[in-house]
Amino acid sequence: MSDSQGHSVAFVRTETIPQSAAPLTAAGPVKWMRDNLFATPANSLLTVAALYVVYLILSATLPWLLNGVWNAGSLAECREILQGTSGACFAVLTERWPQLIFGFKYPSTEYWRPVVAFLLMFVAMAPVLFFDLPRKLLIVTGLFPFVAFWLIWGGTIWVPIFALVGVIVGYLVYARFVAKSFAIGFFGGIAAAMVVWYITGFILPYVTPEEPFLTAVPSRDLGGYMLNMMLGVTCVSLSVPLGIALALGRQSSMPLIKWICVIFIEFIRGVPLITLLFVASVMLAYFFPPDQTVDLFLRVVIMITMFSAAYIAEVIRGGLAALPKGQYEAADSLGLDYSQAMRLIILPQALKISIPGIVNVAVGLFKDTTLVSVISMFDIVGMIRGPILASTDWNGVYWELFLFACAVFFVVCYGISQYSQWLERRLATDHR
Amino acid sequence: MNKSVIFGALTIAGLTAGAAAAATLDDVKARGKLNCGVTTGLVGFAAPDANGEWKGFDVAVCRAVAAAVLGDATAVEFVPTTGKTRFTALASGEIDMLARNTTWTFSRDVDLKFDFVGVNYYDGQGFLVPKSLGVSSAKDLDGATVCIQTGTTTELNLADFFRANNISYEPVPIETNAEGTQQYLAGACDTYTTDASGLAATRATFENPGDHMLLPEIVSKEPLGPLVRHGDNEWGDIVRWTLNALITAEELGVSSANVAEMATSTNNPEVARLLGTEGTLGEMLGLDAEWAKRAIETQGNYGEIFATNIGEDTPIGLARGLNAQWTDGGLLYSPPFR
Repeated sequence: MSDSQGHSVAFVRTETIPQSAAPLTAAGPVKWMRDNLFATPANSLLTVAALYVVYLILSATLPWLLNGVWNAGSLAECREILQGTSGACFAVLTERWPQLIFGFKYPSTEYWRPVVAFLLMFVAMAPVLFFDLPRKLLIVTGLFPFVAFWLIWGGTIWVPIFALVGVIVGYLVYARFVAKSFAIGFFGGIAAAMVVWYITGFILPYVTPEEPFLTAVPSRDLGGYMLNMMLGVTCVSLSVPLGIALALGRQSSMPLIKWICVIFIEFIRGVPLITLLFVASVMLAYFFPPDQTVDLFLRVVIMITMFSAAYIAEVIRGGLAALPKGQYEAADSLGLDYSQAMRLIILPQALKISIPGIVNVAVGLFKDTTLVSVISMFDIVGMIRGPILASTDWNGVYWELFLFACAVFFVVCYGISQYSQWLERRLATDHR
Repeated sequence: MNKSVIFGALTIAGLTAGAAAAATLDDVKARGKLNCGVTTGLVGFAAPDANGEWKGFDVAVCRAVAAAVLGDATAVEFVPTTGKTRFTALASGEIDMLARNTTWTFSRDVDLKFDFVGVNYYDGQGFLVPKSLGVSSAKDLDGATVCIQTGTTTELNLADFFRANNISYEPVPIETNAEGTQQYLAGACDTYTTDASGLAATRATFENPGDHMLLPEIVSKEPLGPLVRHGDNEWGDIVRWTLNALITAEELGVSSANVAEMATSTNNPEVARLLGTEGTLGEMLGLDAEWAKRAIETQGNYGEIFATNIGEDTPIGLARGLNAQWTDGGLLYSPPFR
């Protein structure tokens, strides 16, 4: 380009014109509304109708919500304060808050214990859920069940310590023999842990102090949302490994293992959960002498775990079936044995496919924990339906209490589903 | 520890399962606590308060037995049971007695192998109507729509009553009491029928309880009482006579306020036998002499228990009605303490 041209032309713009804003109708909220809300006459009509419905709902509920009474001793007092105006009686939540969260029998001086356990739970879950975190945090995860048990149930600290010793011994035996054969290592480990537990069962009475550092709280005294959380967390974390084992067992070429797994899965899936809970709470009581029964909490955990494990097994079987046969053959041709092939090739892919299904089962399981209210355990729904609605003060407060229960469940279930979506994105290795 | 308990339990489960039935008194004393089955929550009859302490009409019976047997009205482990789990809990020995507004019927007494030791509340099916309906008797309910819980004895009682009086009705089936309340208040039915005590408690929760009334007709018999297992008559006697002691105390004018004074200064020989200053009634039961005195001292007599939990001064506001002493025209009639 030559400079001469600059002198021969009267005007040359030397800088670009600054971008002017788009016309009002082609950008911003106006355009968005035109595109999305009022694109066609029918569309506009629907928008207006929908807005009207939203208005109807809000005009009915908002005054009720905002006018809520938070401080009163009984429903009658609430009504006195409201003077006939529409308003919720949230005072029941403030007055019975500890009962809704911890149940009505957990000693109020010990509330800090489940709270600490709850906070620790996040630390313990973090390395499992977010695998970018340092792996050393898994030590916390491993110790958490024992610490949480001690915190929530209290009593002598030797129970969780002996339980931990049993697990460690079992692991050492497993690690020693697993190189020879997986089966020897696995069952040897279990047997070793059992032996340790059996022996320490005799030592325990001699080391139990009269006044343990944390007062013992029997399972019957647990309740409220705490109980739902405990059942949900325990059962989900137990049923995923059990479900994987069942899914693999169902595909096994050994007929005995295969048929045990098939019968277990099909039987459990064919029975309603509530029936299993009744068996746990009512029928088992007949088989044990009155003084020595298996703890009710443990019975319920076993039943719910079996139930969701059967479902998770079927979800994972779907994942296994979705893998091309070539993956199995590739693993075989690399000379990997069964456990290596599963651990390194098959399961990582199958589990990734199964994530939405597993999360679905986990969310369902967590909500199913409210079913324990029918076997007279006082989870949050049991607390609402039983003691709170049956008190002379609060008889008749339905909406406020059940809305609260909905809210606390929604928070957790929504959290789980958001996590699973993050996990799917994080694990997406294919190119779509 | 849990593991060894499981193993131990498994080995001796078969051996001792049957032994639970006998000597409940010894078990309770050794345990130092009475295991008493109650409902998971029924207004006025049993419910834990804001501090987690059980209160109510049925609860008082449990506490009275604990006071008589163990000398401590708080030595009770309340085991909440639902309508479905209550009988198995008692039969399996998980609880020593059941005080859970349970109707005394033939089949429960005979077929389920329980012993009802008495009646602590005479209930019956009643009708709740809005005053604006202008009805003063259930016989005026011809052609009315009736909210009724399905699958209950109340449903059958209702059909019997209307057929016997040759009038018609239209049932509105509902599932739970909460649903029944909502339907009734929304005007889906003219009248709501269930046990009269339940109706009174429901009415107490209304915004304007004064606009609604219970009709005078009671169309069924629902004697509610505590029960124990078959086969341990000594234990059954203790529960029966503790309940009778509370009823007799009211009849004789012994209350929690004056029981200490009456025990020392009474001239009435039956009061003296009841409170253990005369005779050996306590010894016959296998208890000490002051068993009944402690029960009355801690819980009050039957009338006091009624008044504090469900009486006319409480929000539930039940009148004594059938549950008055026989001397006042009611059905409460305790056998003599002799």
